[in-house]
Parts: sequence; structure tokens; C-alpha cells
Amino acid sequence: MTEGKKHTFHHALKIVEEACIGCIHCMQVCPTEALRVRNGKAVLMPERCVDCGECMKACPVNAIIVEQDDFHNIFQYKYRVAIVPSVFIGQFPRNIPTREIYSGILESGFTHVFEAEHGARLLGEEISKYQKEHASLKPVISSFCPAVVRLIQVKFPSLVENIMLLKAPLDIAAIAYRKKLVESGVPENEIGVFYITPCAAKIAAVKSPVGESQSPFNGVINMNFLYNKVFSIINRSDRKSCQVPDKEQLRDTEMLWSLTNGETGFATGRSLAIDGIQNVTEFLEDLENDSIGVFDFLELRACDQGCAGGILSVANRFLCAERLRNRANDYIKESRNLNTYAGTVNTFKDYLLENIGLEPIKPRAAFALDENMDTAMKKITRARILYSHLPAIDCAACGSPGCKALAEDIVQERAAITDCVFIQKLMLIHQDIKPDQSFDMVEKVWGKKKFADIALKKDDI
Amino acid sequence: MIFEYQIEGGDFTKAGSASSEVKKILRQLNLEPSLIKRIAVAMYEAEVNVVAHAYRGTMTVDIDTGRIFIAVKDEGPGIEDIEKAMTEGWSTANEKVREMGFGAGMGLPNIKKNADELKITSTPGTGTKVEITCFTRL
Repeated sequence: MTEGKKHTFHHALKIVEEACIGCIHCMQVCPTEALRVRNGKAVLMPERCVDCGECMKACPVNAIIVEQDDFHNIFQYKYRVAIVPSVFIGQFPRNIPTREIYSGILESGFTHVFEAEHGARLLGEEISKYQKEHASLKPVISSFCPAVVRLIQVKFPSLVENIMLLKAPLDIAAIAYRKKLVESGVPENEIGVFYITPCAAKIAAVKSPVGESQSPFNGVINMNFLYNKVFSIINRSDRKSCQVPDKEQLRDTEMLWSLTNGETGFATGRSLAIDGIQNVTEFLEDLENDSIGVFDFLELRACDQGCAGGILSVANRFLCAERLRNRANDYIKESRNLNTYAGTVNTFKDYLLENIGLEPIKPRAAFALDENMDTAMKKITRARILYSHLPAIDCAACGSPGCKALAEDIVQERAAITDCVFIQKLMLIHQDIKPDQSFDMVEKVWGKKKFADIALKKDDI
Repeated sequence: MIFEYQIEGGDFTKAGSASSEVKKILRQLNLEPSLIKRIAVAMYEAEVNVVAHAYRGTMTVDIDTGRIFIAVKDEGPGIEDIEKAMTEGWSTANEKVREMGFGAGMGLPNIKKNADELKITSTPGTGTKVEITCFTRL
């Protein structure tokens, strides 16, 4: 019925232990309560994390990072393809021509550049067909944002069947370009296709794909990393000329695909676009109750402003979105005569259509307290009793994100009631524990260093 | 395992809050996703009915391994003709309520569609009791 607990999930978000100072910021913003503090360090619960990146944004000391493939990995391949999302172009001001940016990508070490949104052309046509073929499934929920797909798997298992089982533009683009090279006689093992990612969720999706047995990408390069590289290349004073890659033209609507409302224009019927993981969560709650009327299509994105708000985006997200819209306007003028399109995606259309589908996506039920219903009921009952003895201030000093979470952690044997500082005070006053025991309890959660760091010396106050 | 929630009549800002709480519990039980959805829809409709029509009410949720039982009991005007109220599109909600997006006359039929068993008892002038049962199919 649901995937077992043993399943491992790859996460791109990593906590750098040496940098983590042990605070509660990340715990408090996590939409799936996937973080705890133990021994003074944040700890991730892999089965719950959806890789949305909220914790990384909230961390005051940059102790949460996005892992990435070593850039030198690309040189394992003779043919090195960068699949670039249009938000990468949005990182640069409008006066830098796109060909200059692409040229910079090539100079950084890639041999080919292809825009991820080329896949949008085909997908755009397929969405309404999919809606028609699945008329009983309303609404169809876009599978574009991998963090949202995971959020639904983890928190809204009953909505998993609404997820559109079609690949995202970037995956289609990757398959298309690989096919193009193979057809031109390049040996498959000499091709490395890399995605330039604006977010952590896509990395996780490449490393442990949902709905496909293997990702079409050989690796992922973080967008901020490549931005720095390309920026310095473009600004190099001794730069002679830019090598202009052979570029296929995107349509304006395709270019804007990854921004908020980028997809809804391709869907039929009543559709809605929602961005921001908290907004999405709130909306899905209502959707699950059937309380918000009938929608045909939902575009749900974890980040504000869509991919322009990705955690690896360097530019201000509003600025990035504005730049893309401006560039798209320029494109409209250029792309009027593009009705007879003969690009890569169109050339391999039949092949891509055979491969556009995703396998069924399974719920993950990460909030189930036990696989056995009877045991789960006993745990719920106990957690409620425990909760009634907790102060309900959600201070998180216990190392769990709130009092309810602590009660659940206790029944799951991940925490003890004595982790609550209020309970400790009560036990002290009733002489159930000694002061040094109470100290040890807090130290277990927040680590020895915390106390060493804050220890007062005589002259301090 | 029994839970009880109060429902305030007329307060649409809080309509659905009891259902949301119950849904959290259902998620912790590792129930079949389709069953969670059916219960969520049925109890939400029942809760909104109290908000839309009654003065106040209670939602009692009784869970055992075989079934989820939800009783929504209200103090309110009651239903004159239950059979008629079960007809799709039939509604006594006033225009104001309809403007809010409620009272389309789909509430009770929608509960019936999603519940395995539904029992409605009502005394006009006193109140209504809606009892929903969904089996877990162990």
C-alpha cells in the first residue's frame, strides 16, 4: 500500500556539522517537521524531508548546504552537455546577450548548451491531452516541482494519484539532446548530460528519481556555482570573442515556463498557479477536503516566484522574473517566424513521446506512527496524554520543533519527556531529579559546546 | 479511541478546523490514502453543514481498527424532510451563504457518496445528528 520504511531517500540538503551552531530556525520553518536538534546539531529525518530548501534559507550561519557534483566530473565525458534553465539567463542583466552567456558556459568547460525549456514545447501539447485522457482525475497536479511532488507523497498521500505522470521539460530536453548526439554517431558512454539546477529538490530528483527508474542526467551542477564561473568569464578583460553556440530559439511562453503561472497557459479548463511551500501546503489541505471547488489543473511550486526563487538562484527573485519577462518580450519579436519549427525536440518527437510518461508515484506516509493500525492508535493515545502535560509554547528547547512533535517523538522513542525544560523544572522542585541531572538532560540536546560558549566569566556582566 | 471537537455555528472562518485536526490523526494511522480522502470529504461536509445551518455542534470521532465512526450532532433548526435534503442541488442555505461558496446543495449527497454508512436523524426545531461510518477493510 505505501512504500516501506526501509526505503532510503537521497537528499541534496546537507547539514555541515562543524558550522551548525544548534538553534531552532531550521526546525521552525520545515513544512514536514523533518528536523530535530540532537547533541547541539541539527539532524535531518530522511523519510520526511522533501528538499524544499526552507531550512537553508532560514539558517543564520549557512550550515545547511546543497551538495553538488564535483565540476570536474563533467570532464569524464568527451561530450559535455549543459541543460540550462531559463532562470539562469535571468541571473544576468538584459544588456548581456544570451549568446554571450551561453558562450561563457561553453568556455567554462561544456561542449554543448541546450535550454531546458525546449522540452516545454512538447510537454505543452501533451498536458491537455493528458487532461482529456484522465478526465475523472480532477484536478491534474503538475509534476514539474520535485519538492511539491515529494510534499504530496509525504503529507497528502490521497492526492498522489492527481499528480500528472508526464516528465518535466528539463528531462525531455535532456533525453532529446542525448538522442541527437547518439543519432549523429557519438558513442553513448562519451555523453555526459548535466542539469544546471536552481534548487535542491531537483538534485534529489536526479539522484533518487520519483516515477522513473533512471534519471536522464549524469549529474547536476549548482546554478550559483556556474553563475560565478560564467560571470567571471564574461567580465574577463582579455576576453577575445565569444564563441556563439548554435542556438535553437525558444518561444516566449516556453521561456517563462518555470516562473509562476508559466504552466497554466498550457492547460485547459480552470487552472490555478500557487507558489511558496506554505501556500501550497495550505491549499492542498483544502483540496483534500474537497472544499475549494473543481479545478482542472494546478501548477504548484515550492518557491516564491517559481524557479526564480530557487535557493541556488543568485539574483533577487523578483528581478530575475522581471528580466526573463523582458527577454521574453524581445523573443516575441524574434520568434514570430518560428511557426515552422525544426529543432531537436521536434526532430525526435516520436521517440520523446514514447518516453514522456512517468511511472506511477507512490505515497510515502511519513507521518504514520506505525504500520500496524492498532499500534498506531495506542501511540496516538499516548502522545495525546503526553501532550496534555507539555506547556504548549512550542519553544523547541527540547530539540523537537514543538510540543506536539515532542509528544510524537517520545512515543516513537526519539526523545524523552525530560527533554522538556518545563517538565525538568517540575521534577527539580519535586526533587525527582537533581540539578546536575537536569543539566545533563539539556546538554544532551544542545551539546557541551553550547554551555562552554555561553559560560559567564566574572567580569562579563 | 475517541476524540471530540466543538463546532461554532455561523463562524465560517473556522469551518473545517475540526476536520483538519482529525485528518492529522488519520495520517498517523497509516490508513489507505483513498480512505483518508473519503473520510476527509465526508466529515468536512458534515462540519460545514453545522457552521452553515446550526447554532453549535460537536464532532465525535470514534476510531477502532475496523472502522472510523464520525458523529456530528448539532443544535439547530433540524431538517424537515431528510429525503429531500439528500437530493443533489436541494438547499435551504440563504443567498449570503451561497455567495460564500457554501450551500450548493451538495453537502449531504457528497457525504453519502463518500461514507460506507450514513445515518441522519433530525428533530425539526431541535437539531440534527449525522453519523458517518467508513470501514478500514482490514
